[in-house]
Amino acid sequence: MDFLRPVTWAEALEVKAERPDARPIAGGTDLMVELNFGTTRPTALLDLTRIDELADWERAGERLRIGAGVSYARVVGELGDLLPGLAIAARTVGSPQIRNRGTIGGNLGSASPAGDAHPPLLASDATVEVESVRGVRVLPIDGFFRRPKVNALAPDELIRAVRVDRASGPQQFAKIGTRNAMVIAVCSFALALYPAGRRVGAGVGSAAPTPVRARAAEEFLSGALDWAGGGPVDEEVGRRFGALVAAAASPIDDVRGTAGYRRHALAVMARRTLAWAWHDYREAGTACA
Amino acid sequence: MRVRFTVNGQQHVVDDVWPGESLLYVLRERCGLPGSKNACEQGECGSCTVYLDGRTVCACLVAAGQADGRVVGTVEGLAAGERLHPVQEAFVEAGAVQCGFCTPGLIVQAHDLLENASGSPTDAEIREALAGNLCRCTGYEKIIEAVRRAAEARAHDAPTAEREAP
Ligand SMILES: Cc1cc2nc3c(=O)[nH]c(=O)nc-3n(C[C@H](O)[C@H](O)[C@H](O)COP(=O)(O)OP(=O)(O)OC[C@H]3O[C@@H](n4cnc5c(N)ncnc54)[C@H](O)[C@@H]3O)c2cc1C
Ligand code: FES
Ligand code: FES
Repeated sequence: MDFLRPVTWAEALEVKAERPDARPIAGGTDLMVELNFGTTRPTALLDLTRIDELADWERAGERLRIGAGVSYARVVGELGDLLPGLAIAARTVGSPQIRNRGTIGGNLGSASPAGDAHPPLLASDATVEVESVRGVRVLPIDGFFRRPKVNALAPDELIRAVRVDRASGPQQFAKIGTRNAMVIAVCSFALALYPAGRRVGAGVGSAAPTPVRARAAEEFLSGALDWAGGGPVDEEVGRRFGALVAAAASPIDDVRGTAGYRRHALAVMARRTLAWAWHDYREAGTACA
Repeated sequence: MRVRFTVNGQQHVVDDVWPGESLLYVLRERCGLPGSKNACEQGECGSCTVYLDGRTVCACLVAAGQADGRVVGTVEGLAAGERLHPVQEAFVEAGAVQCGFCTPGLIVQAHDLLENASGSPTDAEIREALAGNLCRCTGYEKIIEAVRRAAEARAHDAPTAEREAP
């Protein structure tokens, strides 16, 4: 096994082009487990932790570009106001030690249906910037996840960054697990409100072969909320929204939970996150008035 | 593969490292520093917690080559000679050590909490900070108490000017 350590992004892309078999390693919180247990033996490791620009995020107006190497700890510490949904999700990842090391790019690289960054990124219309020596591709996040643990990267490509607009309205995230820390989600849900466009985004995790967007639920709720008046959410609207979110999933029975439980829990999380987000929306409305 | 790094202020040069090897393995088996414990090798137990460039990480999940040129701190670096660090002292006094396997990781993580917390952490903050460290023996109460004690001792030892500032 070789250990390749490029110090610039350009060099990393060249190395990946020459050695498409090399496995990128960022925080190592997924890959090292595989190495320690002997479930993977790549011919080479491509260490990305020496590329400074990968571990940074930048902002141009409303647009954010979050480097693949940005850790959960930094998302929690620095992006709480700009991307509250992603920050809430990041706060639920693993433990302090895992959040210090694990990265957004690694989450996308692993493309687990249970990855906690995915639902908030789906709800907030993120795109994934991938690059190779052949050029840059910017992929909508809902096309990025192909199959369980398989993403849309070509063998010579690396994930450069996530592009996403800063939150223009309330965002929420909820996750079901057996304890508060160190939990792979039984299922998870993220909601984003876009008051200016009077629409919502909804992302579902750990309840289908890939993370998915709940499109029908988004469309229904966008039209059913009292955006202008800021009136309370009708109970029936909440129920219908929950049912549509649950219907977007195609869960299975596994050690963490049954399909039936997951559908039920998704509907509950959808209703609850809607209540929290709508509360924030109304508060913001009265604050401005 | 050769890996050069600083551990507890001392430069180490280690040869013949297998590229898939973890920092934990290098520390324990090649640097003669068995304080960091190897239990799960999957980031679940925290008994391998060390500082890497000032942040706590699970050493079992860091590839050895990633530590090249970096600064590592392990539990062995906390005591000053024979004098235990106040966090270690507090663990002994509170009876927070039974079999002791989880202790080095907990000490490093608690040390990090107290270094970075302003004022005394609440119980909720202590539990959150230690959420990635498992203990099969104590039931955690004594561990929480040890961290509280260490925080109190630290507040007590803080320079007078700092304490009396409004
Ligand atoms: C104890 C524990 C608890 C955890 N808890 C959670 C949790 O609560 N929620 C959650 O979502 N995850 C959790 N995880 C999983 C893991 O921490 C996350 O998936 C994390 O985001 C992985 O990031 P990393 O930088 O450590 O990835 P790595 O392990 O370095 O890499 C992961 C994969 O992505 C690829 N990769 C990394 N960077 C790039 C890049 N820039 N371009 C292309 N490919 C790349 C790698 O080749 C590898 O296949 C947990 C893991 C552990 C060990
Ligand atoms: S041995 Fe590293 S976390 Fe358990
Ligand atoms: S004292 Fe035995 S595992 Fe904690």
